[in-house]
Amino acid sequence: MRLNVNGTERQVDAPDDMPLLWVLRDVLGLTGTKFGCGMAQCGACTVHIEGQAVRSCVLPVSAVGNRMVTTIEGLSSDGSHPVQRAWAEQDVVQCGYCQPGQIMSAAALLAQNPEPTDQEIDLAMAGNICRCGTYQRIREAVRSAASKRRAER
Amino acid sequence: MIALTRRELLRKSLLSGAGLFVAFHVPRKAGAVPQPSGKQLPDPNAFVRVAPDETVTVLLAHSEMGQGIWTGLAMLIAEELDCDWSKIRVEHAPAAPVYAHPAFGMQMTGGSTTTWSEFDRYRTAGAMARAMLLRAAAARWKTDAKRLRTENGFVLRGNDRLSYGQLAVAAQAQTPPKSVKLKDRKNWKIIGKPTRRLDTPEKITGKAQFGMDVRFPELRTALVARSPVFGGKVRSFDASKATSIKGVEQVVQVPSGVAVVATNFWSAKLGRDALVIDWDPGPGASVDSGKLLESYRAQAQTKGTVAAQQGDAEEALPHSSKRVVAEYDVPYLAHATMEPLNCAVRLADGHCEIWTGTQFQTMDQMSAARIAGVPQENVSIHTQFLGGGFGRRATPASDFVSEAVHVAKAAGVPVKTVWTREDDIRGGYYRPMFLHRIEVGLDDKGRPFAWKHTIVGQSILAGTPFEQFMVKNGVDSASVEGVVDSPYLESVPARLVTLHSPRLEVPVLWWRSVGNTHTAFAMESMIDELAWAARRDPLDYRSALLADKPRHLRALKTAAEKAGWGKAPPKGRARGLAVHESFGSIIAQAAEVSVDEHKEIHVHKVTCAVDCGTAINPLGVEAQVQGAVAFGLSAVLQSELTLKDGRVEQSNFHDYEVLRLPDMPEVAVHIIESDAKMGGIGEPATAPISAAVANAVYALTKQRLRSLPLRLA
Repeated sequence: MRLNVNGTERQVDAPDDMPLLWVLRDVLGLTGTKFGCGMAQCGACTVHIEGQAVRSCVLPVSAVGNRMVTTIEGLSSDGSHPVQRAWAEQDVVQCGYCQPGQIMSAAALLAQNPEPTDQEIDLAMAGNICRCGTYQRIREAVRSAASKRRAER
Repeated sequence: MIALTRRELLRKSLLSGAGLFVAFHVPRKAGAVPQPSGKQLPDPNAFVRVAPDETVTVLLAHSEMGQGIWTGLAMLIAEELDCDWSKIRVEHAPAAPVYAHPAFGMQMTGGSTTTWSEFDRYRTAGAMARAMLLRAAAARWKTDAKRLRTENGFVLRGNDRLSYGQLAVAAQAQTPPKSVKLKDRKNWKIIGKPTRRLDTPEKITGKAQFGMDVRFPELRTALVARSPVFGGKVRSFDASKATSIKGVEQVVQVPSGVAVVATNFWSAKLGRDALVIDWDPGPGASVDSGKLLESYRAQAQTKGTVAAQQGDAEEALPHSSKRVVAEYDVPYLAHATMEPLNCAVRLADGHCEIWTGTQFQTMDQMSAARIAGVPQENVSIHTQFLGGGFGRRATPASDFVSEAVHVAKAAGVPVKTVWTREDDIRGGYYRPMFLHRIEVGLDDKGRPFAWKHTIVGQSILAGTPFEQFMVKNGVDSASVEGVVDSPYLESVPARLVTLHSPRLEVPVLWWRSVGNTHTAFAMESMIDELAWAARRDPLDYRSALLADKPRHLRALKTAAEKAGWGKAPPKGRARGLAVHESFGSIIAQAAEVSVDEHKEIHVHKVTCAVDCGTAINPLGVEAQVQGAVAFGLSAVLQSELTLKDGRVEQSNFHDYEVLRLPDMPEVAVHIIESDAKMGGIGEPATAPISAAVANAVYALTKQRLRSLPLRLA
């Protein structure tokens, strides 16, 4: 089947029921998207499909169709996406394993809602677990990315 | 053992054109002649590489699992080397004796020890590299090195300057100095400054490589079906359905179960789902955590092995003006690191090559060597970033590494074993369930004068190679830390602490802050109960008992003051206090809580005062304290593992719940400047949060909650 990942059309040989996560990781070698739970509970596998945050661990690859998939590798080539910059400024990461998923969730939120309230941030980020407990700085980073975007407009 | 000699290291660096590679090794025996001053160079080694392209590479003897040593140890080198911070690179060192932990003699990461134990070694490495660069410059300029100075990656002589990169190759030929003088702390430019992490760029772009991300063409993925009951064994299995699944290449039996080896994760998982296995569950099938707790409660009525004793507490108790009796209990807990366990192994030509995120390189090497049948020096470990550790990747039995070597050996191909979340939650090596029974007698002034304390729970160290060092007279120090060394107990004239250590099939392990996870809960809850029983303010009561403990007192008063103790909290909220010393650091916390109409506890603010001696990177200390509070709050509010018929009842994050972002309180961290001996910071803030929250809940509701997770009636 064909899959549009990070702006490139890819030919993929995978069974229909293989979750998108494992197609990305094991077939295409895009290991930035992480496996954490396999049942859409932790958000480590978050990618964008047509800009929407989606848990790739429970999405059969056959359900993607010709929609555009964006992974952490495609968010920016060099960490320059405003959300990534905010993550660096707030010194968010610890072990780092959940952070691609956190960043993808935050980027999707801000793309759809450039000025989220604290409650909206909490809601949008509730599906992403971080066992290191970086939540406080994640919150700060999302707020600061939002306010930077406001300032730039 | 792999003896990476200095010459070999130099040769390797030469081959790679790497320039100066300070790999100094002071042989232990070489110092047979006593040093007149009694002062010796730091014993083993430290590594830093200065390359002609100006990069300075720091080799990390320990594992980066989120705690920030990737940055912290580099700061120690950079402080003395005087290099350009933007040119620093960091790598995990290979597994080799030269990287043994300065305090423990084996390569490992744990016990919140990395920073204090490497403080001298890494600074010395930086100072030695700088001295060699200075000597190289002096030779180039035909002058005395003493006339030269360094600045930000350059050696300077008046207006002349040579960069470290220009000097790198010549510096390598210099003899390492026999001694170096480290900077006085008043001259520090980097240590003590809030510094952003060096591993951020790769971790925010998905480029950071964790064990899970290891790939090479011939590497296969394996999932192992393990016994649903701890200690169970395979009687027989039918793999016919599994092997018919596309991508499954073979099914092999290993000591821990049955492994399905496939070209990818998904095929291995479907293959494992299709296995039919007849298990012999063994005696573990009788474990029921509810009944176990009741048996602990009964045992706590009897005296166990004596862990600490002074005076005669049992005789003294009946003479008290007031007696307070309480039992506290905590459940089994999984570490639930975000990155599920995994380990890649290649066996070839008498060598065993391992790629994994581990906290225990030396133990893993030993286990792998035994299983693979190769000498230990033929086991190489490529340490990857750890997607969380919290103790789970430091198993004395090297469970996940040993299993992976078994699978690779049985399969005859390079294999990466991958654990699912269910495997992780049900895979054992838990924080053990514990129960404390405490009876305290108060004198007429409300001060404790008799204290009888009985602790019941599995020993973490029994049956491990650490037993001989850390289990003394039948008492596992990890079961009683935080009680036997409690500053409160010191002043109680009659005290008795005893321990029961039941042996069970459920494997247990250290879990961030280890014994302190339950001892701080019991001690700081009890002290709060005593304060209320004595009709005293909890801050005043603690302050009176800790009058001779200036560091505790200062931390406690700082946290209380910053939290607004004594001023009315916002309506519907109350505050609770706790202070606890662990891993050489003291943390005081004030938690502010409310309870909603569903009787759910909400933690809004946690004000922390931290005395860890010198804070190398205050930004990192703040992150560790915030993270440790969050880790502890999962256990305070949500997480609990239960067993029925020997089977773990939870399986994934839907029923083994952990803290999520909306429940994260605002955690304010106040670092207290202190010249005390440096302590650890990864773990200490996890310990007191349970009591701080429980004490706040009591202040608000007058319900004393003595079981974790806290649940209001």
